[in-house]
Parts: sequence; C-alpha cells; structure tokens
Amino acid sequence: MATSYNAKDEDGHITVSGPGGGTLRSRKPENTAFKQQRLPAWQPILTAGTVLPAFFIIGLIFIPIGIGLYVTSNNIREFEVDYTGVDVSSPCFNCSQNYSWNSSRPCTCTIPFYLEQPYEGNVYMYYGLSNFYQNHRRYVKSRDDSQLHGDMDSLLTPSKECEPYAFHDKKPIAPCGAIANSMFNDTLELFYNDPNGTKVLVPLANTGIAWFTDKYVKFKNPGGDGANLTAVFQGTSKPVNWLKPVYELDKNSSNNGFINEDFIVWMRTAALPTFRKLYRTIKDAKVIPTLPSGNYTLEVVYNYPVRSFEGRKRMILSTISWMGGKNPFLGIAYVTVGSVCFFLGVVLLVIHHKCGNRNNSADISN
Amino acid sequence: IRVDSRTIYVGHRSSSTNEAFIPPKFCDNRIVSSKYTVWNFLPKNLFEQFRRIANFYFLIIFLVQVIVDTPTSPVTSGLPLFFVITVTAIKQGYEDWLRHKADNEVNKYPVTVLEDGRRIRKESEKIKVGDVVEVEEDKTFPCDLILLQSSRGDDTCFVTTASLDGESNHKTHYTVPDTEKDLESLNATIECEQPQPDLYKFVGRMHIYKTNQEPAVRSLGPENLLLKGATLKNTQKICGVAVYTGMETKMALNYQGKSQKRSAVEKSINAFLLVYLCILVSKALVCTTLKYVWQGKPGQDEPWYNEKTQREKDTNLYLKMFTDFLSFMVLFNFIIPVSMYVTVEMQKFLGSFFITWDKDFFDPEIKEGALVNTSDLNEELGQVEYVFTDKTGTLTQNNMEFIECCIDGFQYKYQDESSELDGLCVPDGPVSKLQQKAGREREELFLRALCLCHTVQVKESSEQGQAHEQRGFIASSPDEVALVKGTVVERSSMYELLHVLNFDPVRRRMSVIVRSKSGETLLFCKGADSSIFPRVKQEEVERIRMHVERNATEGYRTLCVAYKYLSEEEYAQADAGLREARLALQDREQKLMSVYNQVETGMSLIGATAVEDRLQEEAAETMEALQGAGMNVWVLTGDKMETAKSTCYACRLFQRSTELLELTVRTLEDGGRRREERLHELLLDYHKKAVQDAPPVKAGVTRRWSSANQDYGFIIDGATLSMVLNSSSESNASRYKNLFLQICQNCTAVLCCRMAPLQKAQIVKMVKNSKGCPITLSIGDGANDVSMILEAHVGIGIKGKEGRQAVRNSDYAIPKLKHLKKLLLAHGHLYYVRIAHLVQYFFYKNLCFILPQFLYQFFCGYSQQPLYDAAYLTMYNICFTSMPILAYSLLEQHICIEVLLDNATLYRDIAKNAMLRWGLFLYWTLLGVFHGLLFFFGVRFLFSNPALQDNGQVFGNWSYGTIVFTVLVFTVTLKLALDTRHWTWINHFVIWGSLAFYVFFSFFWGGIIWPFLKQQRLYFVFANMLSSVSAWLVIILLILVSLLPEILLVVFRKPRGPNARQIAPVTPLSYKHLKEDD
Repeated sequence: MATSYNAKDEDGHITVSGPGGGTLRSRKPENTAFKQQRLPAWQPILTAGTVLPAFFIIGLIFIPIGIGLYVTSNNIREFEVDYTGVDVSSPCFNCSQNYSWNSSRPCTCTIPFYLEQPYEGNVYMYYGLSNFYQNHRRYVKSRDDSQLHGDMDSLLTPSKECEPYAFHDKKPIAPCGAIANSMFNDTLELFYNDPNGTKVLVPLANTGIAWFTDKYVKFKNPGGDGANLTAVFQGTSKPVNWLKPVYELDKNSSNNGFINEDFIVWMRTAALPTFRKLYRTIKDAKVIPTLPSGNYTLEVVYNYPVRSFEGRKRMILSTISWMGGKNPFLGIAYVTVGSVCFFLGVVLLVIHHKCGNRNNSADISN
Repeated sequence: IRVDSRTIYVGHRSSSTNEAFIPPKFCDNRIVSSKYTVWNFLPKNLFEQFRRIANFYFLIIFLVQVIVDTPTSPVTSGLPLFFVITVTAIKQGYEDWLRHKADNEVNKYPVTVLEDGRRIRKESEKIKVGDVVEVEEDKTFPCDLILLQSSRGDDTCFVTTASLDGESNHKTHYTVPDTEKDLESLNATIECEQPQPDLYKFVGRMHIYKTNQEPAVRSLGPENLLLKGATLKNTQKICGVAVYTGMETKMALNYQGKSQKRSAVEKSINAFLLVYLCILVSKALVCTTLKYVWQGKPGQDEPWYNEKTQREKDTNLYLKMFTDFLSFMVLFNFIIPVSMYVTVEMQKFLGSFFITWDKDFFDPEIKEGALVNTSDLNEELGQVEYVFTDKTGTLTQNNMEFIECCIDGFQYKYQDESSELDGLCVPDGPVSKLQQKAGREREELFLRALCLCHTVQVKESSEQGQAHEQRGFIASSPDEVALVKGTVVERSSMYELLHVLNFDPVRRRMSVIVRSKSGETLLFCKGADSSIFPRVKQEEVERIRMHVERNATEGYRTLCVAYKYLSEEEYAQADAGLREARLALQDREQKLMSVYNQVETGMSLIGATAVEDRLQEEAAETMEALQGAGMNVWVLTGDKMETAKSTCYACRLFQRSTELLELTVRTLEDGGRRREERLHELLLDYHKKAVQDAPPVKAGVTRRWSSANQDYGFIIDGATLSMVLNSSSESNASRYKNLFLQICQNCTAVLCCRMAPLQKAQIVKMVKNSKGCPITLSIGDGANDVSMILEAHVGIGIKGKEGRQAVRNSDYAIPKLKHLKKLLLAHGHLYYVRIAHLVQYFFYKNLCFILPQFLYQFFCGYSQQPLYDAAYLTMYNICFTSMPILAYSLLEQHICIEVLLDNATLYRDIAKNAMLRWGLFLYWTLLGVFHGLLFFFGVRFLFSNPALQDNGQVFGNWSYGTIVFTVLVFTVTLKLALDTRHWTWINHFVIWGSLAFYVFFSFFWGGIIWPFLKQQRLYFVFANMLSSVSAWLVIILLILVSLLPEILLVVFRKPRGPNARQIAPVTPLSYKHLKEDD
C-alpha cells in the first residue's frame, strides 16, 4: 500500500513542477507501461488462414440474404402509370396543354389501366415526378422550419431564406418558401371497374403517409392544437401558387394547416431529381385482396404543370415488404458480393493449400 | 551613426573637469525575451498565425463563406479554424506569460550598486552603463561587467558560465591591473567595442586618470569581462562596472532562436497538398462549367417552382460564375482539412514525449534522460542516410586517463592504477623504467613543463585538512585534468607566471612564459605533434616521433612538450609584442597570433605524453547497427589520422578486410610531384576502384551486407579536403567534389581527420546538397560540433563532458552514443511509419468524404447542395475520425521495438521516404476514389426507390446524406482498424469510442428541435434510417465491399525478406504481454 501511495505522490509532484521541467529532467523516467510504449497489445495479423473462414462465412450469410431480398423484392407488386400527357393520344394531353395555375375550372382526365395480379395487404399509392430538382440548393433551403414548428414570430416574419417566396402583397406567406409554394396539388382518385360494370371508388386514406415525428413534433400549427386556424393565419397570405390557403387543406382539423400530411410529405425534399412520394394508402380494406386484378380508372384533377421543365408525372401503386418498396438492387448486390466472397474463399483455400506446405518448409529452414 | 566603440565613464565621473560631461545614452538593463504585451497580443499573434500558409488558406475560405452566398454556413469552416487559432494562441500566450515571469524575475532582482561611496539596493533593471555593481558569491551577474575589484588576494575571481554555454568548469577572470583599490576615487573611462554576440571575444581599453599623472592605459580582454548570466564562484564578492546592459549584453545577443528545420515528411505533405489543391480546383472548375452548360438548357435554370430572388437575377453573369466557382471551392474545401495540421502537430508534440520518457535513454551517471529540443523532426530520425559523428567524446568517452609518457625518447609507463592522484610524484615512484632512464634534469624539466603549462585550477576545499585527498581539478579541457592528475601538483609559486599564450584550435598548442627563482625566463609549450614538430630542433624529433606514432596507433591522444630558454632581449621583445597586441582594439586576434608564432620557435622537444580516450559503451555495436541499417557513417574529427583510424578499427567501422583509400597530405607527398597533380591522380584511381569497378548496385539500398563485395574505407584529412573543395581552377573544383562524393558514397565508412569545426559543417553541407538530397544526421558533444549539428537535417547532442553547447544547439540530446541506436532504429522508424500513415490516411479519408459530395452535384443541378448536414461536415474531421488516427500515430508499433533493434536491416525498408512515395500516394488516392464512388452510387441505387421503410414512407435527401455519411465514418474508421497492428486498450477505446460517439451524436443531433436554428434538417433522420432494414443492409454491404480489397491485399501481400517470420508473431492473434524488466 505504501508504495502505491508514494507513486501517487510523485505523480502529483510532476504535474506541479511540469512547466519548470528542472526536476522532471533530472529524474529517471518512470517505468510505466504507457511511457515505455509497452502497453499490452493485441497484434492481429491477417493471413490466409484467418481470412479464409471469414470469406466463407460472409459468402454463406450473404447469398441467402441476397436471395431472400431478391425474392422479396420480386414478390412486391408494383404498377406505374405515366399521366403527364405528353403524347397526343394520352387522355391528359389536353390538360397538360392548357395549363394555368389560377384557373377556377379544374381540368380532369381519366386514365384506364389494368392490373394483372391482385394486390394483397396494404397497398400504397405514390406520385412520382421526374426531372424535378427538389434537391436544388436554392430550393432545399427555401423554407422556415420554425414557422412550420408553429412559431408565431416566424409566421409573421418568415426567414430570409424563403425569398422570393416570403412576402406577397406585403403580407407574410404561410407557409413560406419555394418548397411549400410548389406543393404537389393534383388530386388522384382510383376507381375499380367491377366486372359487372359498376365503378367502385377505392377508399384512399390520406393519413399515416408522413413520418410520425414530423407530423407530431416537427410540424405544428401556430397557436396550439385547438386554435381556430382561420383566425391564426389572419394577416398572412397563401403561397402564390396555391388555390386554397393552408388552413383549408383538409376538413379534418388534425390534418389541416401545417400538419397536413400531404404538405409534410412534400416538405421532405427528395434526394434525386426523379423521385416518388407517398400519396395515399389503401388500408383496412374490407375486400380481400385489397386490389383485385382487373380494370381500374385513375381520375386526375390535373393542376400540376411539369411540361415547362420537361418533367413527368406518374402514379404508382405498390405493395410493401419489410425491406420497403420494390428494389432489386440490394438482392442482386448481396448475391454478387456473397458469391464473390465465396469464390475468393475457394481461391484462397487453393492457394493456401498449395503454398502453405512450401511456406512451412521454408520457415523451418530459416 | 554607428560608432565602432563606446565610451563608459566608470561611476559616471567625467574624466576631466574642463570637458562638459554628457552621459551617453545606452539602453537600460531590462531583459525582454517575451514577444507580446497585453495590448499587442491579439493583433500580433493573429498576424503571426495567419502568416502560415495553411491558416491563411482557411481564413480565405472562411471569408468567402461569410461574404459569398455559399452552400455551407461559415460555421463549418470557421469553427475548426477558430478552435485551432484559439488553442495556438492560448499555448503561445501561456509560453509568453512564462517568459514574462522569467523576465520579471531577472529584471526585479535586487542588486547592490555603489554610488558616491554608498551601497544602494536597486532592482536589476535600473542598472545603467557605468554603474559600479557589487556581486556576491554564487550570485549571477546582472549585466556585463568589467571586473575592477575582487575580494580574492590575487586579483582574480572564478565564474561558471553554465547557463551561458553550459560549461560547468570554473573560469578565471582577472581584474584590470593597477586600478586603485578605492573605487570611489577611481576616475577612469572605458573604451570598448560595440556589443557583439561572441561570448569569447571582447576588446577594450581603460584609461585611468590620476591626479597629476598621465592617464594610464590598460587593455581589456575577455578575461576582464564578466558576462551576464554567469555565476560568481569561489570568490566572496567582486565589484565591476557595467559596460553592456539589458538587450545589449552578450547573453541577450545570443538569445536567438535556432533556424527552423523542416522534415522531409513535411515536404511530402506540401507536395500532396498541392495535388489535392489541384483536385479541389479542378472539381470546382468542372462543376462550374457543367453548371452553366446545364443551365443553358431551357427550363432548367429557373423552373417555375424555384425562382431566383431579385438580387440573384440582377447579378452580373461573370460575377455569378465567379461566386459559383468560389462556392464550389467552399463546398469541397474539406478535402484539405485544418485538422490535419492540428493532428500532425499534436502527433509530433505528444510523440516526442515518448523519447523523453524512454528509460533506456536514462543514464545513471549524469542522472538524465534524452532531451527533445524540437519535436518537428521525430520522423526524420527514421530517414537518416548519412551519420556524421564526432570522435572525441562521442565515439570515445572523453574520459582521459594518463597512460604513459616519454622523455627524450625513453618510455615511462604508468602502473599503479589505483592511486590516480599521486600518479607521477617523482620519477622513481610508480613510473617504472622500462628502458634506460633519461637524465634526471630532463625529467624534472618535463614534469615542470606539464605542471606549469596548463590552465588547471585546484578547487578550494573548505576544510584545509582534507584538501589533499579531496582535491578536484577544474580546467578548460579534460585532457589537462588527466595530465595534471597524472603528474604532481607542484607548488608553482617558485615560478613567476609572466604570460599565458592561450590554446586555440588553429595553433593546436599553448605556451606559458615563466621566470624561475633564479631569474631564468623559460617558455614551455605543449601541443599536438604536428604543431610542435616544425617548431623544434629537427634532430630531436625523430626520437619522439616513433613513440608518438606508436601511441597514436594504439588509439591514445598524444601531446608533445617543448621548452626554450628566453634571453633577456628575447623576452623583452616578446613581452612588448604581447602587450601591444593585447592593447590593440582592432585585429587583436591576428596580432596576437603573429606574436605567438614568433615566440614559439626554435624550441627543444622534451617529451610526449599519451592519454587514453576509451571507447564509449557499445560504440562498436551501435556503429555496426547503423551500418546495417544502411546508413553511411562518416567520422569527422579534429584528431590526427592515426588516432582516428585506430578508433575506427575499434568501432568496427573499418574491418580487417576493408581496403583503405587514403587521401591525406602524406599520400599526396609520396609521389614527389606537385600536390595538385597527385590529388587528381589519386582521386581518379580511387574512383575507378570504388565506383567503376564495383558491381552495379540498385539505388544504394542493398549495397552492403553482401559480403562478397570488397569494402572500402576512405580517409581524408582537412588539408586535402580544402584542396578538393577549393581547387585552384573552378572546373576542377566541381569535378573533384563530384569524384570525392562518389568515392565516399561507395565506401563503407569515411574518416575525415584534422577537421576544423567549419570544415565539418562544410562536409555535411556538401553531402546534404548532393544528388538525391540524402538526410543527414550529425552527432557530437562539443562546441566544435555545433556547426555541423546545426547544418545537418538532424542534430544530435551528446550530454558529454565538453560543456552543453552541443546539447543546446541540437535537436535531440542523448546521454550516450549507444542510445543513438534505439533513437534511430526504434523511435525514428516508428515515428516515420506513424506519421507517413497519418498523412496518407488523412488525405484518403477526406477524399472519400468529399467525393460523394462532388458526385451529388451531378444529381442536384450543380447547385452546390451539400450532401451532408453542416454538423456532419464540421464534426467529421474534428470528432468522428480524428481520435483513432491520432491514437494510431502515437501508439502504433507495426513491428515491435525489440525486433526493430535486433534487425537493423528493417530500417532500410523505410529508407528514402518509402511510405510517402508517389506510388503509395496514388494507391491511397485510388482507394479514396473507390470508396467515394462506392458510397455514393451504392446509396444512389438504393434510392432508386426511396420507399425504404416497411410503412411505405419515403426518405429524402438528408437521409441519403446520412446513410452515405454513416458508411463513410464506419469505413474509414474500420480501414484504420485494419491497418492497426498494435491494439492497446487506448486504440480499442478510441476506435470503438469514436463509432459509438458518432451514433450517439447522431441520435442527439436529430433528437431535439434545436432552438435558434432556422432549419431542422436532421430531425429524426438518423433514427428513421435505423428503422429501415434496407438502410442497415446497404450500410453493412458497402462497408464490407469497401474493405474487401484491403483485406485481400493484406492476405496476398507476401511476407517480405528473411525477417518476415520474426515480424509476424507465431500465432496470428496474440497478446503481447507487459514485460517489467527493471
């Protein structure tokens, strides 16, 4: 015990006399493992022998995962229909031609399509846009998160970042910014053409499409939950391109204003210029399968112009698995990497087997 | 107007009454070593910091971010820069505060000044030139003083200059002769040169005015000058007049920092930096160009959903292009990180502690370990190609022992080794008569010469009774101590010492002129054989020469002793000459020299002494290891050839099989032709032998160690070297130099003897600047090695006996030569590997950090949208990836120290900056590119369907960036983990800790709605990412694929060389256990 206390005392002494250095220098350096660079250490050396099993293990794990992923991805039903109306023959051609933002007469078009296979379980409806740069820097930063968080000051004085979508007619825009201003406003409705001739509206749920944390924490209406939104947004202006102000987005008060899920989904800027966003879900369907195979009609209220920037609009119906939407990439990648590992394992084994003996004999001679 | 001399009025008393007394203005006695004051600290320090090119670059980037609308906020680059600047400022401020404290201690130190007969206590800084200052024993002198009065009876005082030049021996200083004892009535002026930094030079004149007398003039020399910083010893008190004060003292003038040495690694870093700067600029250029090409297409630049602000629309197109270019620069600037500089500095600073801490460098004799004067050169220790070593005190111990002497050709051997002190009391004592004895008269003369002709002081012991036993000797050269120890300390009072003709390395001898009781005047001279032999009667030389040469080949240091009687006229002439020369204000040195040379002629040789200088411990093993490590060892010594040669044999620098190529005065004179011709001939001859006939070797790497080759040793002496270097014709000079260098480079060892200190530096410089710019190392212990220590890339000082000058001027100081082996082979090797890996890794990790961001520009309309969040951009280099590499660069031992010491050849693996060659740099760069591409496109393919969660919800651009960033952080950290060969608990802690910290930080950063921030980009992005199975799978996949080639390479890399087995422990996974060996 005494010795250990001594050591501590000495340690204290060093720190005190550190800057002077005089006492330190004349002392014998301490024989501690750290100072003598003799800390116990693990010294792994990668050799063929160590790596060989690892390659086999990786191969053996990755190939089944890859196959599993591939199969899962393949089992996901996905249907995509482009309703931009570029083609003259397309039903939406007319709508795409005579576009105007503030037309009171909505242009509608109907697109018939046929689902070859029934869609089971939850079905998700996405809209997809192409050549739409939601990740453009000027666009990405053009928002005011504190305004969207329900901050009253920010509601009336939006951030500079929202320019040139911050003020309209000297009134603050709510929600401000380019992202909000360009919110996707096509209305999509899906009808099932029953074999007996009736058109059945497929019920679409517009909730549960946004991140939970976004809906309940990040986005908040100003003035709290129970406030009268019309009054709260008094003195603000609707975004220039919008037909309705933000407090009229939905009749359901828990999905209105800033916490409207369509709005929240749109506000999460996409990573790539071609993207899809969740539009509606088809849940708790009474019928099984959710979407039986057959003829369907998509009714589009065509508001959103994309022709000016060579964009495309799509409607996507998809089922979902545990790994998300349909994407064969992961499955293929896993199978490839797994096979490569396995192959390398075999090659290494051969090399190891052939050269190992020779190496050993060389070692002995040394 | 600069005047050549200054006039000082002792005690401020004017010399004559009729002359108006105007006290001349001199600076006060304040010492200012601090750089800053409270007021100028901030601006001055900032200015100095931003003068560094790197800091300036980051400042520019920061300013661009502040001024121009750039993708990342100024915080991302401002914060690290601010951090670096602050830490440096605090460090420098603290150091300056310490200097202030030290200055104050000196400046406020109380001193006693005599004013009008009263003793007044003053603060040291108030001393003015001309004040008479009183100093007591063991006190330091507050300024440069001319000694006027000493309490010692013999008008001398003793000082040590340990704090000035490190020499701890006592030096004698003398009062000005014939000054009045009563200082009050002393009326004198001093005329002396303007302050100059040479500690050992001082010329001045004192005019003493006495009433009714002609003013007397006394010469003043360095022996009258007491330097500030020196300490008074063995003397109760002295009085002196201040001549130089404050910043004009010799100490202050010597207080210059050494010139900065830059290591080869640093040059590599700068080259790599340039490459990365080019990458950065070209990336920015490519993006800017493509941006405007892309915008040229209709509808792309400003679609309806993304309109520009009015200001943007108004901006001039070219200005916009320029700001876009700057923005891209800012976006990609992380490719050249501030943190690399910080980490490199930290690594060097902290790393040097391991050298000071190393207990193997601790020498129990002097109770000191290694000393690191600069940490900038740690890695340079692993790159040394040429070692220049001093002989005396470095290869040998400089611990002199009297071995034998010869008088008149008769040899006397010293037998009784136990009683050193009473060595040669009388010739009949322990000195055996090996041969016939010389005449008693001659013996006495010889011993008398040895006794008188020295500067040895007997240290006064307080107890007189024990004086005999405890006598310690203090002298300016260790040789003399040995000699005097060997001979009797005769009371020299029977002789009157008239003059001392001091020793200097040019004359290589010293003399004294004494007058015996009987009135005879004698001159005794002692010096190297080469300097004595031409000055004595030639018939006497042959008898002694034999002995001297035999002693020299045995490795002893020899001195010859000669004497001559001076007649009255001769003495008078010499005396006058000496006095005149000493009074001279200008060219005093030359004048003295010529008088010396005049006096020291026609002497008769009495005998010679031999003193053994033992080899340092493990000198031979060390030299062998250095040669095994591929270093060329050159011995540069002032000693004579035979002695040096024998030392070389003893150190195994020359082997028996080594063929010696000699290029000395002797070989030049052999042919009997003109020296120049002979030199030419010999050089060509040796060149043919050593260079042309030698089998061609590959780039000098595996030259030696192949025993089949003939080894060559090359010997050259100072005179010949100066012929080689300063040949009569210009064309010859460069040609000779080339031949000389080529011969030397092909020799196992080179011995340069009879070198003047400056010639040593010349040789180092010549090799340093030769083809390939090899890294040189000089090691020495004495003041004569300082020039070569300063000249070489790495200067090593030995904490030897010849003072501390070498240590003070060195970059590293070690107690013994044997420590050089570990310093180079273990520490140097490890530091080089560590820092080389650090540098490569840093460039790599920032390349694969920024490359995805660059690629993202192709997908976001070249809009400078950052891929990663600002917090990630800032923290990547500061927190997430900096600690593991720092720990690696401090602790890594890819080969353990014992193996490195046992196999000197391992040192060759890293020779010539092997780990920072362009090939390897390319490899790391390609690896970075590969990883960057993989990260970006892997996630890109995943995001072809952004619905990655099982509830159908989609991920946005920040999720994209976060996935890439997560893969990135894990990959670069695990890549380092793969490279780590030496896992201590610190490595484990830091590597896994960083990863855990990243995860923790990401949760934390995304877990809170941050007040005061306008954007909450990452809110729950990380958590949502982790809730997606696909994200997990892609992260694992990408990390694995990135590291796969690395693992494969490791496996396929064949163990190299015969030592491979020793490098690799027997079991692939082993724990090296702590060995406690005391």
